[in-house]
Amino acid sequence: MAEPGARESVLSTEALSRRFGGLAAVDRVSIECRMGEVHAVIGPNGAGKTTLINLLSGDLAPSGGRVFLRDREITGLRPDQISRLGVGRSYQKTNVFLPFTAFENARLAAQSRLPTSMRFLRSARTYREVNEAAERALAQAGLRGREGVPVAALSHGEQRQVEIAMTLATGPSLLLLDEPLAGMGAEESARIVELLRKLVTDHAILLVEHDMDAVFAVASVLTVMVNGTVLASGTPAAIRGNAEVQQAYLGAEEPH
Amino acid sequence: MASRGVRLAVLGALAVALVALPFVADKFYVQLATKVLILAIFVMSLDLLVGYTGLASLGHAAFYGFAGYLLALITPQYEAASLWTSLPIALAGSALLALVIGTMVLRTSGIYFIMATLAFGEMLFHVFHDTSIAGGSDGIYIYVRPVATIFGWLPFDFEKFTHFYFVVLVATLGVYAVLRNILDSPFGRVIVGIRVNEQRMRSLGYHTFRYKLACFVLAGTLAGLAGYLAAVQFGVVNPDMLGFHLSASGLMMLILGGMGTLVGPVIGAAAMMVLELVFQGISEHWLLLMGGFIVLVVLVLPHGLIGIVSRRGAREDPHG
Repeated sequence: MAEPGARESVLSTEALSRRFGGLAAVDRVSIECRMGEVHAVIGPNGAGKTTLINLLSGDLAPSGGRVFLRDREITGLRPDQISRLGVGRSYQKTNVFLPFTAFENARLAAQSRLPTSMRFLRSARTYREVNEAAERALAQAGLRGREGVPVAALSHGEQRQVEIAMTLATGPSLLLLDEPLAGMGAEESARIVELLRKLVTDHAILLVEHDMDAVFAVASVLTVMVNGTVLASGTPAAIRGNAEVQQAYLGAEEPH
Repeated sequence: MASRGVRLAVLGALAVALVALPFVADKFYVQLATKVLILAIFVMSLDLLVGYTGLASLGHAAFYGFAGYLLALITPQYEAASLWTSLPIALAGSALLALVIGTMVLRTSGIYFIMATLAFGEMLFHVFHDTSIAGGSDGIYIYVRPVATIFGWLPFDFEKFTHFYFVVLVATLGVYAVLRNILDSPFGRVIVGIRVNEQRMRSLGYHTFRYKLACFVLAGTLAGLAGYLAAVQFGVVNPDMLGFHLSASGLMMLILGGMGTLVGPVIGAAAMMVLELVFQGISEHWLLLMGGFIVLVVLVLPHGLIGIVSRRGAREDPHG
């Protein structure tokens, strides 16, 4: 794992906030995500982790604060604009195209990287780069051999893998992964952890995940959120030894 | 499940019947078939919106009627307009109207989209019905049909109903082929993706509004083609061409035939026209019979009449 501070900052936020009525779901959160690092955001349910991802991906507009992608401010941009700047996100609740095959799901994701899809003449099947990107992403997510199956007919764990394949197929440099392991079996989980290890060499990854074994296996930076605010942030060792964090979230039991 | 051989045989027989029709049938039936084909173009264009993109429009007749009116307005009173100028003008007019209306109504979605399209359709109806810009509620007669002369040569003559039939047949097949091709293109995959999960399309990087607008304009233009041909066939345009009744009939034909299939609209248009004749022969309360039949089809065949023959009966989604 890389030493923090040595690498290029890809994403940073300044006092990012989102209120729903009187509730501050995300409250003045400032975090940074660097190339070559997995930055894991952990915390109990309702801590604001998914809302944070929604603010970063443009699915939700912030109530305050700013978001920067490298040197560019992206606060308030639409999800499609943020996606095209190289940000790929996956969803906690599987958000795919159920009637389509696994391949078409990934193909549609890869097709979004054409300069435009206002193309009416050639068959979509004949775009070789798009097909290759889709196949590569499916293979990375462990779905080789399942390309032709409609996603509705895949198991829940496989649908989670499609979710990840779609995110990868857009060729992002920053990945926002919202509980990618939720609902996966042990074998698929191990595969995805292995994949994250490989991806992190040339990606910046923001990971929201409840599986602490996985988090401590891949993350080089951890941020703990409680009630919309950052409770603590630092290296896994520092977080593990933090008394406040242990009380609020990790419990007395020592993670291994 | 029909085998490939059976299907080819059916298509072959249908092709022979369509080509042979004007040589064996009375003028009445040729004109009826022409009317069915024109409606088929209209309902196919509606299918692009409703069946493929998931945009349920209740104002689609606006573009159909507008193109018809444009032909009537640019036709000199006792002379013929040129097909080669009047058709492009009518299509461009419908496209422009769809661009303007689409820019506004596509900011809404779901039930609000349905209401907004209905409202714009009715506005257009009343503009033509209540003002004297185009003959008010009586509409305008087109005394002389457009001519297709190219440098003195006349490839076909719209005053001959058999010629007109073949032109409409070619136009229908052309629209079908163009739409099939578009649906297989990157654009086509995007609009179907929008129907299934628009939010995910956005997060994948698609500016979905643009694609929906392009689709709305394309559908409006093709509806304009149908409206232009209808105005040529009947030699008259009136506000009913723009109104809610035709928009709703189009939707009914689409549901009856089977949406999201492109073939369903053709079946639906044909079934509706033929049943209208049959039921009119049975009772003067034929609309009651028609309504009952449609309810029956919806209950028994949720995918429409095409569900009887098609493999899955349902819409054809891309499978890679």
